[in-house]
Amino acid sequence: MAEIVKHLEPDLEELRESYRSGKTKEASWRKSQLKGLLTLLKEQEKDIFKALEQDLGKHYAESYRDEVGTLTKSVNLALSSLKDWMSSRKAKLPIAAFPSTAEVFPEPLGLVLIISSWNFPFGLSLEPVIGAIAAGNSVVLKPSELAPASSSLLAKTIPTYLDKKAVKVIEGGAAIGEHLLRCKWDKIFFTGNARVGRIVLTAAANYLTPVTLELGGKCPAIFDSFSSSWDKEMVIKRVLGGKFGACAGQACIAIDYILVQEGFAPTLLELLRSMTKKMFGENPRETKSMARIINKQHFLRLKNLLDDPSVQSSIVHGGGMDEDNLFIEPTILMNPPLKASIMTDEIFGPLLPIITLKKIEDSIEFINSRPKALAIYVFTKNETLKRRIISETSSGSVTFNDAIIQYAADTIPFGGVGESGFGRYHGKFSFDTFTHEKAILRRSLLTEFWFRFPPWNDFKLALTKSAYSFDYFGFLLVLLGLKKNS
Amino acid sequence: MMRTLSLELFHICSVDGGYTRSLRNQFPKQRNPPLPIPVLKKRKRLRFTHSSFICSATLAVMPDEKKKVFDVESAASLVKELRGSFNAGKTKSYEWRIAQLKGIEKMIDEREKDIIEALHEDLSKPELEAFVSEVSMSKGACKLALKELGHWMKPEKAKTSMTTYPSSAEIVSEPLGVVLVISTWNYPFLLSIDPVIGAIAAGNAVVLKPSEIAPAISTLLSKLLEEYLDNSSIRVVEGAVAETTALLEQKWDKIFYTGSPRVGRIVMAAAAKHLTPVTLELGGKCPVVVDSNVNLQVAVRRIIAGKWACNNGQACIAPDYVITTKDFAPKLIDVLRHELEEFFGKNPIESEDMSRIVSVQHFKRLTRLLDEDEVSDKIIIGGQRDENQLKIAPTILVDVPEDTEIMKEEIFGPLLPILTVENLEESFDVINSKSKPLAAYLFSENKQLQKDFVNNISSGGMLINDTILHLTVSSLPFGGVGESGMGSYHGKFSFDTFSHKKAVLYRGFTGESPARYPPYTPGKLKLLKTLTSGNIVSILLALLGFSKD
Repeated sequence: MAEIVKHLEPDLEELRESYRSGKTKEASWRKSQLKGLLTLLKEQEKDIFKALEQDLGKHYAESYRDEVGTLTKSVNLALSSLKDWMSSRKAKLPIAAFPSTAEVFPEPLGLVLIISSWNFPFGLSLEPVIGAIAAGNSVVLKPSELAPASSSLLAKTIPTYLDKKAVKVIEGGAAIGEHLLRCKWDKIFFTGNARVGRIVLTAAANYLTPVTLELGGKCPAIFDSFSSSWDKEMVIKRVLGGKFGACAGQACIAIDYILVQEGFAPTLLELLRSMTKKMFGENPRETKSMARIINKQHFLRLKNLLDDPSVQSSIVHGGGMDEDNLFIEPTILMNPPLKASIMTDEIFGPLLPIITLKKIEDSIEFINSRPKALAIYVFTKNETLKRRIISETSSGSVTFNDAIIQYAADTIPFGGVGESGFGRYHGKFSFDTFTHEKAILRRSLLTEFWFRFPPWNDFKLALTKSAYSFDYFGFLLVLLGLKKNS
Repeated sequence: MMRTLSLELFHICSVDGGYTRSLRNQFPKQRNPPLPIPVLKKRKRLRFTHSSFICSATLAVMPDEKKKVFDVESAASLVKELRGSFNAGKTKSYEWRIAQLKGIEKMIDEREKDIIEALHEDLSKPELEAFVSEVSMSKGACKLALKELGHWMKPEKAKTSMTTYPSSAEIVSEPLGVVLVISTWNYPFLLSIDPVIGAIAAGNAVVLKPSEIAPAISTLLSKLLEEYLDNSSIRVVEGAVAETTALLEQKWDKIFYTGSPRVGRIVMAAAAKHLTPVTLELGGKCPVVVDSNVNLQVAVRRIIAGKWACNNGQACIAPDYVITTKDFAPKLIDVLRHELEEFFGKNPIESEDMSRIVSVQHFKRLTRLLDEDEVSDKIIIGGQRDENQLKIAPTILVDVPEDTEIMKEEIFGPLLPILTVENLEESFDVINSKSKPLAAYLFSENKQLQKDFVNNISSGGMLINDTILHLTVSSLPFGGVGESGMGSYHGKFSFDTFSHKKAVLYRGFTGESPARYPPYTPGKLKLLKTLTSGNIVSILLALLGFSKD
């Protein structure tokens, strides 16, 4: 720790110097760094799988799907779009400003800090790094100390694949985080919880540093009644994939709870039960297809959520735990009390409460009476319900008939609103998040309307007024002395 | 008598930078010795239609009658009320937004005179300047929003990729909720109404806190918005530090602040408590680099227009200092001298075509900058001042040392230092050694220099061969970077600033890869790899059981 702190200032100075030298702005540098990342993902794939297995017990197929694969796709997109993203955009001009041209010129912000999280330790670290590099910044990445194998793999490999004078990994926990937050950054990109988000934002205010906060929240899944068995099977798979399949529910966009109409609840439960068995086997403790809980502390937190007797009695499936292996079975609860912590805190684990409502439309009010979620999932074929959800609720994103998958769609922004954060990334949005859009207007030095300059008089005012109201006839009249300023 | 009273009051208020309300209420009991009161010179053109209104309001307060102060509780109940309107969905409809925008348009049309008079009262802003830079700019913003709103509100279709196939996606703009706009005194009407237009267009409920340092406009805004707009969702809170503090305690869904970096930090720290996103429109020292190859008369006129003809330098994008070459400086100064006289006459202090300094406090700040050792002897044009009228003549200084206050802090007034360098490329180092400005200006015909300027200088906006004008282009984002702020607005950008961009993804029920779901197998990994690669041929191969991997 003392060692890191001692090196911190010279390290940051080196990064700032790299930025000042202008090299990170070059397209060639950005390209070479992105290619470096691609090579890293390819050559280190096995080690990444190993680290994720060690930190979270993730199956390598899951690791590939959620981390290596998604990242590879993102780097490729950045590489193929870089030229387009970097070029300035022409802006339209009113005729009054003629002769001039206007453009919006994307420029890097400078030295940026990325603080990432432990649940997708590669994905949530490198996805923003791709944006920061593509935008031409120098970068410090602080991975989460709670996924130590992944953190140290990042710290070991990034300097060998990327320009270590412009991209650095600083490992550590809260103390190092605090040290980093005391430094001046040109942007801070934070992924984590709302409590730390507030700390980050307060620290950023000192230097007027812009911040992107990727937080979480309780993401609801509204489950409408389905009749076709094909549809049912499909959506149940997607629900389970969106809960237990993504890091065992330890994902900011994992389904937190399900809202369903009373009458359909028994059918839903039956479907969930049988599909869970298909996916994770009769004895889920033996499955390799679900991640474990990150650490003891979180394991106990989840265990405590179930401790309340009224919650305990609402468990309708699973509930088994293996403290030694930090494993919790896929667990389903039916109508736990709404005041219990499991329904007030973000669950972030493989516990899935089902809440029944009189009418599925009541879900709108249910959702609106709680903080804004990062994602809302709606499984329905009802077009009216779809429209109502979009216009009457607020959330980072809405996905119909699927879950989690919006994370991989890079044409739509990924980010929260209200308690789930602010700012957005993925695809071009990542580039924009780390870019300042500089407005540029170019004028020629030909002479121009003399009535733009003082000394002012009524004549100039009348001219200006008609020019502004696009009253060309009036303009002419004033010029000819036929009209006075009214 | 009444007239003098109200005017005096305003000057007392501007001395300590505020507390208009409390002072006005306590006036009869006031014990503090009155500060030197500058006498506003009365002018023929000016009619004080508002003074009687203000005065009667002042005198109506009885000594023992305590008007309820706007404290944290009042702020909380205000926010609660507006949140009620917002949650009822009232502000979200297209019709409501259009009705409010039309209300603003009507308000500006009908009350143009009042606005211009209030601006004169607060800043002695010349009528034409007030019209161009406040009235017509606000009207333009409103008209644009009215015309484009339908288009802005439409969800934006997004392409979808192979990974999520089959699906469709769109980006929906939704209002953030209840937003707070804190504006400032230099363009007190425009900088209040412009963000409010954006907030309304985006469908939010709004509270506007105008600056107490421009009290006439503040009062006018409070009156007009009440008269012309829907009060269940749009409110004005007048006041100074105490009222602002009470407002900042509340949970907002967005805070839009225009002002200084110092207060910007306070706003941002307050916002952090509630995870509220902020837009900060701050200022900075905006440089003007002048090359020797330009049409000097045009260049100088444009510098003057951006500096002294825009609220007498009290603008966040006003040219703050000029950099030119040693050889060229004398020529530039000659033309400046000539054109300044052309515009403002031989005795510029008496010119009615220039705003005054807003308050005694700011007047003192500016004269302090001028009176510093090593600065006062660098004045080559101007330097005259009249504390009674709060006027300072256009003042030009040459080669002031870099470590003086005038070269360190934002000037925000009619003083213009000129720095000379051997060759113009050195100007980049000078500019980059300071914090990032809101605007950077270059006058040059040299294409290479223009290119280098764009690539090497970071600033909110940039204008080649003119000043200020980029502010009027609604297709350009207006906003700062670094110390000059964060976030941007104007035109569609205003709408976006007050909107949340919600990602919406629609999925069908067919064409799904089993590889997504547990239990995982090596075969599924292979399939996933090809799917994410986006390469159709390899996807086909993998599906058929052949794979390159």
